[in-house]
Amino acid sequence: MSRAATMSASPPEALSQQSLSPGKIGIICMIASEIAFFGTLICVYLFYIGRDINGPYPQDVLEVSVAPLKVLFNSIFLLVSSVWIWFAIRALRKGRKGAFMFWWALTVLCGAEFLVGTGIEWYGMIVDDGVWMGTNLFGSCFYTLVGFHAFHVTMGLLVLTLVWILAALGHVSSANIEKVDLVSWYWHFVDGIWIVVFFVVYIFGNTPVQ
Amino acid sequence: MSVLQPPAGPRTTEGPVPFLSRLHEWVATTDHKKLGVMYVTSGIIFLIIAGLEATMMRWQLAWPGQDVVGPEEFNRLFTMHGTTMVFFVGMPVLLGSANFLIPLMIGARDLAFPRLNAFGFWLFLFGGLLLYFSYFGGQGLYGMGSAPDVGWFAYAPLTERTFSRGHSTDYWILGIFVAGIGSTATGINMIATILGMRCRGMSLMKMPLFVWIMLVDCFLIVIALPPLAAAQILLLFDRQLGAHFFDAQAGGSALLWQNLFWFFGHPEVYILILPAFAFVSEIIPVFSRKVIFGYPLMVAATVAIGFISLGVWVHHMFAVGLSPLINVIFMGSTMLVGVPTGIKMFNWVATMVGGRIRLQTPMLFSLGFLCQFLLGGLTGIFLATVPFDWQVSDSYFVVGHFHYVLFGGLLFAILAAIYYWFPKVTGRMMSERIGTWQFWLLIIGFNLTFGPMHVSGMLGMPRRIYTYQLDRGWELWNLLSSIGVIFQLLAFALLVWNLLRSVFKGREAGDDPWDAWTLEWSTTSPPPAYNFDEEPVVHSRRPLWDLKHPDDPDWRYE
Repeated sequence: MSRAATMSASPPEALSQQSLSPGKIGIICMIASEIAFFGTLICVYLFYIGRDINGPYPQDVLEVSVAPLKVLFNSIFLLVSSVWIWFAIRALRKGRKGAFMFWWALTVLCGAEFLVGTGIEWYGMIVDDGVWMGTNLFGSCFYTLVGFHAFHVTMGLLVLTLVWILAALGHVSSANIEKVDLVSWYWHFVDGIWIVVFFVVYIFGNTPVQ
Repeated sequence: MSVLQPPAGPRTTEGPVPFLSRLHEWVATTDHKKLGVMYVTSGIIFLIIAGLEATMMRWQLAWPGQDVVGPEEFNRLFTMHGTTMVFFVGMPVLLGSANFLIPLMIGARDLAFPRLNAFGFWLFLFGGLLLYFSYFGGQGLYGMGSAPDVGWFAYAPLTERTFSRGHSTDYWILGIFVAGIGSTATGINMIATILGMRCRGMSLMKMPLFVWIMLVDCFLIVIALPPLAAAQILLLFDRQLGAHFFDAQAGGSALLWQNLFWFFGHPEVYILILPAFAFVSEIIPVFSRKVIFGYPLMVAATVAIGFISLGVWVHHMFAVGLSPLINVIFMGSTMLVGVPTGIKMFNWVATMVGGRIRLQTPMLFSLGFLCQFLLGGLTGIFLATVPFDWQVSDSYFVVGHFHYVLFGGLLFAILAAIYYWFPKVTGRMMSERIGTWQFWLLIIGFNLTFGPMHVSGMLGMPRRIYTYQLDRGWELWNLLSSIGVIFQLLAFALLVWNLLRSVFKGREAGDDPWDAWTLEWSTTSPPPAYNFDEEPVVHSRRPLWDLKHPDDPDWRYE
């Protein structure tokens, strides 16, 4: 009888159930799948550290041991671009279009500098040191992992540039701020995963063979 | 309350539309229902192709020393059969049914990203075509093409350039890679739809179980498919750029491929079987006239299966010779997955207990699923035990086991789902009489084919051999297996006939032919392009029950 007492004639009010927009959920899931992808490549890299049966070994060719500042310099350019893009989004939220354009362009330039740095490093390794995919396990792992990261940076730069052009044409406003924000989430992921790649390739992977 | 009433008035009838514009409408569509139909239709076509490949193999193995196909062709047949069934039958049917049903079940008008959805479908379809193009281009288009012959798990180093000349393995890599990107995109799309687009009142714990299970399934897709893509890229780099990932002579490791593949491969079999759970979790309550027993526990069991399935992959590698500790750990985790699965079995049975069971075709196939999946699950527990696995690893016992799970389990559930939702998709009923014939023919054929495989496996018959000698004692069991195929062929011929006939001549179904309770039955059959006139509002897990029984609605008890 206690149940009958609690019965009511009309149902409780039905509330809207969404906390996150589909776009945000989608980009989070996409980043999760990217992490699974990079996680696999990173596991493979860690698995093969120190298993080369012929040189050149990482400590002979990686710039971090020859010229540590150069790689650090590049990485810092990529990492600070995350800060610039955060400034850009903040400016867009406040409706300051000019500041948005400035910080967004700075992000693109910093990302491009990182790619140029990677290109110079690869040129040195391929042409001067003669290390390529088929040289040894280090070559296979290095170009795959760093290459896929650079590929993601390139894709990110294309999208960033597209957004900048759209903004210059006047298509970016506070109405579609979420879409621009989601692009910046992807850029933060590309930067964040570089920290992991950097530690794996240039720190853990750089120890002399036992 | 009136928002759930179907829109009145007759279905709009149009004049004959020219073929080209109808084709254009389907090719350019972003409608989740049309894409769902295309997914399932192409899945059924691939099912027929892969089934005929299996028929060739059973013909070859019916007697000792047969000469229907040679050893090379036999290798191609089992490779293409397995690859097709997993990636181009199981995946499209699950993504297609999720596509069609999820927006309808949660009261949405489409998926979150309709164009991404169309993109995913076309990637899947062209991935499948790329795989089958290898029959023409596998050796490099010299007119002497051939398909991949490396098995569906493509163990390195046999896939390396040294051992696999030509391009057949590259087609295997690229076909699955392309389809995998499409599946991942669709998985992301589903999660965003389920989490972000439910109608008013539908909290997570008021979602139909189908939607819950598909949500977990799509999380598994998003996490498990990218590692396969990565592994395939490594293999492609080995073959095309001379890298050494799986090249033992340069320090590479064949074991790494096994780990990477099965880290994807075992979640993948749960990705395939979870939709089967989703189908029967909707069908059994409707045909027992009771609510599902233990809804919260079903949700918890689904999530538990999702988590555990990510940590069991080494049970495919017990015979490799890893350390006893690793074997024992993965034996334990594999046995653990039996617990939530067992909970589900008991809940389905408990749903039927005391219900007024209607033995129509969807329920028949669901019962077939329950019985045969149980057998497959039990042999799975056997195989999880390391010493037993060592005895029968890579034997026909394993073949029998996973066909009981994927054919007896998944395919029977898919057939149940086809019979159950066909009226909603087309507006017409399928023939019950043909369906019942198909069911019994398939039950006989299925058990006749795959039951004896357990025996021949115990007698030592290895899988993937193209013939065997007379004195091994395997003849009877192989003959029985091959005879079963005849029944199965008849059953699938009946299915195709039933489908084609019912599309044009089936009885008009009406909106709600099964007297069901979830939102998809509240709209017309087939549903209009916009699904619902107004956004539905739900108050319980069975919104249509509330509507049909305003004197005793469910929301009083939940």
